[in-house]
Amino acid sequence: MQTIKASPVEEQASVMEAIGITKLYPGTVALQNVDFSVYPGKVNVLIGENGAGKSTLMKILAGIERPTEGKVLLGGHEVHFQNTREASAHGVGIIHQELNLFPEMTVADNMFAGKEMVKLGVIDRRAQAKRASEVLDRLQPGIDPNETMLNLRVGQQQIVEIAKTMLSQNLRVLIMDEPTSSLSNTEVEVLFNLIEDLKAHGIAIIYISHRLEEIIRIGDYVTILRDGQRVADAQVKDINIKWIIENMVGHANLTIEKTPYDGEHLPLMQVKDYCLPRLGGGWTVDHVSFTLHAGEVLGIYGLMGAGRTELVESLMGLHEEATGEMVLGCEQITKPTITGQIARGMVLVPEDRQRDGLVQTMSIASNLLLTSIPRFTRTGVVRNDLCKVAVDGAVKDMQIKVSDVKHLISSLSGGNQQKVVIGKCVMANARVFMMDEPSRGIDVGAKTDIFILMRRFAAQGNGVIFVGSELKEIVSVCDRVLVMSNGKLTADLSGDEITEAALVKASAANLNTGKAANTEGSMEQ
Amino acid sequence: MNSIKMQNAQRSKPSLGMLLLKGRTFIALLILLIYFSFRAPNFTQWGSVVLMVKHASIYGLLALGMTMVIITGGIDLSVGAVVGFTGMIAGGLMLQGFRLPWVAGTIYPNVPMILLMVFALAVFVGFCSGQLIARLRVPAFIATLGAMYICRGAAMLRSGGATFPNLFGDAAKGNLGFDLIGSGSIPGIDVPYSIIIFIVMALVSAFIMKKTPLGNQIYAVGGNERAAALSGIKTQNVKVFVYMFSAFLAAVSGIIMTSQLRAAHPANGESWEMNAIASVVLGGTSMSGGVGSIGGTIIGILVITVLNDGMIMMGVSSFWQMVIKGVVIIVAVVIDLVQKDLQKKAALTARMK
Repeated sequence: MQTIKASPVEEQASVMEAIGITKLYPGTVALQNVDFSVYPGKVNVLIGENGAGKSTLMKILAGIERPTEGKVLLGGHEVHFQNTREASAHGVGIIHQELNLFPEMTVADNMFAGKEMVKLGVIDRRAQAKRASEVLDRLQPGIDPNETMLNLRVGQQQIVEIAKTMLSQNLRVLIMDEPTSSLSNTEVEVLFNLIEDLKAHGIAIIYISHRLEEIIRIGDYVTILRDGQRVADAQVKDINIKWIIENMVGHANLTIEKTPYDGEHLPLMQVKDYCLPRLGGGWTVDHVSFTLHAGEVLGIYGLMGAGRTELVESLMGLHEEATGEMVLGCEQITKPTITGQIARGMVLVPEDRQRDGLVQTMSIASNLLLTSIPRFTRTGVVRNDLCKVAVDGAVKDMQIKVSDVKHLISSLSGGNQQKVVIGKCVMANARVFMMDEPSRGIDVGAKTDIFILMRRFAAQGNGVIFVGSELKEIVSVCDRVLVMSNGKLTADLSGDEITEAALVKASAANLNTGKAANTEGSMEQ
Repeated sequence: MNSIKMQNAQRSKPSLGMLLLKGRTFIALLILLIYFSFRAPNFTQWGSVVLMVKHASIYGLLALGMTMVIITGGIDLSVGAVVGFTGMIAGGLMLQGFRLPWVAGTIYPNVPMILLMVFALAVFVGFCSGQLIARLRVPAFIATLGAMYICRGAAMLRSGGATFPNLFGDAAKGNLGFDLIGSGSIPGIDVPYSIIIFIVMALVSAFIMKKTPLGNQIYAVGGNERAAALSGIKTQNVKVFVYMFSAFLAAVSGIIMTSQLRAAHPANGESWEMNAIASVVLGGTSMSGGVGSIGGTIIGILVITVLNDGMIMMGVSSFWQMVIKGVVIIVAVVIDLVQKDLQKKAALTARMK
């Protein structure tokens, strides 16, 4: 389509600007005094680790959230968007990471939802379909505007989501929050061509992604967020991937002392041929076998969608359709149940702590006691004194920063909430700790605390499984690392074999064989 | 991250306004009591006080069970019908006994036996609703709506729609004393048994919610079912329990009602579930689950009953009574939402300091 023009060296006027943005959520400071400039006709990249505040900043620019402090300028004038409709009327569109579509409605109805074309008080479906196919054909020919949404592949749905924002005639700023995370390679190319096209029309793109190669390829300006603060910005032509990584993770190197375990490395859990079928054919977890030993931290690394979460969930008994053999301690288990697994000493710290880990309506103490409260009773009556001793012990042990354990759990910061989830597991007398992304969305200090806890559990003779997607964390915390790709185990590394390069290589290993299927449409879930 | 600390969040002292807002249902009760004692004749006499508390007890039993159900995030529409159904079963057993076709005879169970059978039947109804809701994931509204129709229909079928009258018992049948449950009272202090039964049941409910692991699990299931399940709580059993307990309390209420009237009518308890739900909501229990208390519900029951009986004593038309009750319920919930919003804002601004 269009060729990339060399970016001007001198600063140009920005179309949109965020000045001194601070955003507080119950329990977390998502953004702190962040400035961000958006230049027209450029791809303005925003990057940072999970929980750095990228999505929050986007939501503020797009009118979904309002900043606690600070202001947003559009074309030099201060704006206060109350909702996305107002933002879109000013020419600011957003494409979300998660698709916001109505699966039962047609493509055209989805695109015009909330801004229907009306003739004599009735929706003019024919005109909508015509306009929809004009836009869609420009993006990717072959999507029928009258097709029901759920019949489209995920990649195509993403295209519709993009098309939705392009209906606006005066589009000035388009925000894309990880638009490629669910696209196949061909669809990514379509998207990149589209971005070039939009740039040529002078539209400013705000682009969020974790894929650094992509950023180098299409980005013009880059801004890096870390822990809710802006740490660096530059023109992409002046920098490289190494610079981005350094700024993203910070110079504070993560060093966790791997205290060795003195006892015998007996097998705690043996898993053989574990499988979880995928809806619509294939495997989410594909014949996985491994052994977890006492005293080790076993990492499970892989890309998004590699099946790591599903593997630990299956072992915990969350998926009834999972098959395979498991020996836990000396017990052979065929059909695990959550209650049974907990009784056998296995616990899961879930990936999404808000949704799966905590009961927001309850106090810190009650959350800690969720699993273990039957232990603190005498003749069926809860003994408050026993509970208090146990809760205070856990708070001290986990170093949870609280003023009063009777306060609601939502009064804690993300890191302390995570410690409560882990504390709950410890109070259940666990021997096998499975932690799914335990460091997600929490501040650096709390991350280190959690890794130290993991090492301590292992040193006490327990087994720890650490599911992670941050290379650095996996490398510095684990004794042994399993790599999953497309449902299969592709590597089992230990000691010096654990390097970032080896992990990255193995995490892409099983993808090559599946490439044909990938582009054809294995993205359907 | 470091410059803004969380410690201030909980430190700010609650203002007087917030305190008043929190105790609003209790304050409303006091205002109603004062108002009616000036405006309604006989309102303060011992006889009418006992009568009001008696009314409160019968409705209140349903509200106790309803509190637990609503805290799990459910609803039980069948309790009113269970009141009528259990009354009819008890009345039928009193008058017609238990026919045994194979020996062509009839057994007349004594009063404790009747109670046992009726309670078992009610608990079974609750068990069935609970299973539908917990295991088959039928929405609670639908499952208990169905149970409501079935129970009401069964109550009608039991007698063909007729009343079982004169349930005084019969020395020959060996079932004397049934009427004492509802109309008897402790000698000397003139407190009816029905009030005592309510107080005992309220204590039992509060004990379950506050002092047993089950109570904790009821809150957990309502607050976040997924997290509760992942913490090893048998969420299905917890849910089944609350519907069983709710149906049991409905049966207790049904027995007291039947005994008080000394007659069983199949339409007894009609729309009582709505009264119960209103009391629970007035008492500060959240319809979305996870939040609430038995103590709050008891205040809610008293507000509804005092409002009801006070208006009757003042001679307010029953049509206006309904309108006023509706307004009170809606206002209560609106204030509840406003308070939650204010609290959230207060917590956030406290963090800014």
